[in-house]
Amino acid sequence: MTSQEFKDILYSGVWKQNTGLVQLLGMCPILAVSSSVVNGVSLGLATAIVMALSGAAIAPIRNLVPNEARIPVFILIIAVLVTVIQFAMNAYMYSLYVVLGIFIPLIVTNCIVLARIEAFAAKNPTLQSALDGFAMGLGLTAVLAVLGGIREIFGHGTLLSGIDLVFGDAAKSMVITVVPNYHGFLLAILPPGAFITLGMLIAGKNWLNLRAEQKLKGISATITPVDGGCAPAAH
Amino acid sequence: MFFSPFISKPDSVAQIMLKVILALIPGIALYVWYFGPAILVSITLASITALATEAAMLKLRNRPIGPFLKDNSALLTAWLLALSIPPLAPWWLVVVGTAFAIAIAKQLYGGLGNNPFNPAMVGYAVLIISFPVHMTHWLAPQGLVLAELSFAQQLQYIFSGVLPPSLTLDAISMATPLDTLKTHLHLEESVQQILNMPIYGHLGGQGSEMVALGFLIGGLYLLASRIISWHIPVAYLGSLFIIAAIFHLVDPTHYVAPLFHLFSGAAILGAFFILTDPVSSPTTNKGRLIFAAGAAFLTYMIRVFGGFPDGVAFATLLMNISVPLIVLYTQPKVFGKKGKQS
Repeated sequence: MTSQEFKDILYSGVWKQNTGLVQLLGMCPILAVSSSVVNGVSLGLATAIVMALSGAAIAPIRNLVPNEARIPVFILIIAVLVTVIQFAMNAYMYSLYVVLGIFIPLIVTNCIVLARIEAFAAKNPTLQSALDGFAMGLGLTAVLAVLGGIREIFGHGTLLSGIDLVFGDAAKSMVITVVPNYHGFLLAILPPGAFITLGMLIAGKNWLNLRAEQKLKGISATITPVDGGCAPAAH
Repeated sequence: MFFSPFISKPDSVAQIMLKVILALIPGIALYVWYFGPAILVSITLASITALATEAAMLKLRNRPIGPFLKDNSALLTAWLLALSIPPLAPWWLVVVGTAFAIAIAKQLYGGLGNNPFNPAMVGYAVLIISFPVHMTHWLAPQGLVLAELSFAQQLQYIFSGVLPPSLTLDAISMATPLDTLKTHLHLEESVQQILNMPIYGHLGGQGSEMVALGFLIGGLYLLASRIISWHIPVAYLGSLFIIAAIFHLVDPTHYVAPLFHLFSGAAILGAFFILTDPVSSPTTNKGRLIFAAGAAFLTYMIRVFGGFPDGVAFATLLMNISVPLIVLYTQPKVFGKKGKQS
């Protein structure tokens, strides 16, 4: 693997084809567990590990698996890997395991895992496939971290709450109180908050892309409205 | 000098919105009469926030600010939302709700004419979900509570959250008539017993029934000046009456009389001012009837069997989202075509 290839895969996974902001795959866990940074990052990293391992496991056997039977074979391998992760979390991070609950075994059905296997690992060598899975998972983790951070600050006024679930009781002092005596904005924690915040993040990414494109073309940064003048609906 | 043709020019959006705002005034006047002037503070606060948010969003969207600000639509949203929030709510509650209504429920969808949901009701839904405690402390009508606040004390409470010593929030506020009814029904009391409580008047709650009458007068003015058609108010209030009457006839000890439902909560306000929003309601007349009847059904179900004090806001939002479907299936037949062509 050349270093250029390495950079391309990493860039595409983390930014260009970001699962949360561009491909919009695996929305269910993104929206459900992103109520805090710790929850989001934990599930994101678990997914990243599953994706890297499944890429590495499936790429070597990609030419042996008959095309007609590939989906069940792939899913079976992914399921084994998820079970390993699940047992590991159950053993070493029990309180976090309880918080994330059903979403850990559901990584199996997360379409992003199978989508990368189908789109990448089934056609590329082992090393690249593992890297692709990991980069995609890392992109997902980044989105979950930002989403969780925004929702946590708006919802509870804190950051990194629940970190003691990962690092033990000693880490309780790491919780940052951003706004003291905060009333709490429940909407940010509830599902609508997830949808609204994710929408804002996608809009933000599109805006950055647009700006970068215009800089490339040397066009001045004035954005012309896409839709024609909106006529108010009078009757 | 007059020239033909003598056809009156249709009102501009700004004129229509202004007339709707003016039609709210009788209700607001009665509100001030029965509950004190605190509501005027929240209306002012909401108006300022709405205009500021609208201007900021228009600037971000590279749209002309002046013409859109002058169309009065943001102002109407602000007034409707302020009327749905308890007058003694802290100032930031009004600001957050109004800013959310304008920025997210209206401008992010593309501004006036493009919002699928009624912005004021989105603002209300956000607030009641996020701050249920602040949203249920309503002012009691004058003469019903132990202590009354002067206007200066109300201002102080709204802006700093400080009550005069020796007073608690519970001493000056109370649940709405609808809420009280629900709570006491859970305590196994009969409707007749509950309605003997001092907060109830002839039709609904004391004071609030008169405010509802004020909104009814404003609504009739809107009908008379043809700003709204009769379909939505009549279908909404009629359906609410029929549904409530059926339940009331079956079991009068548990289900309150239909007129009570019409004159409590936001039923009248909703029928004439909220559901009739030209942007988020159907454009076909048959569609309007279905839309309003559905909203009435949902309002009744949420009021009687749901957990929220009133159902108008959620009923409006749920029916708003069904509008495209309703309009699709109620297209009028094209003149000259036979049978069902849809």
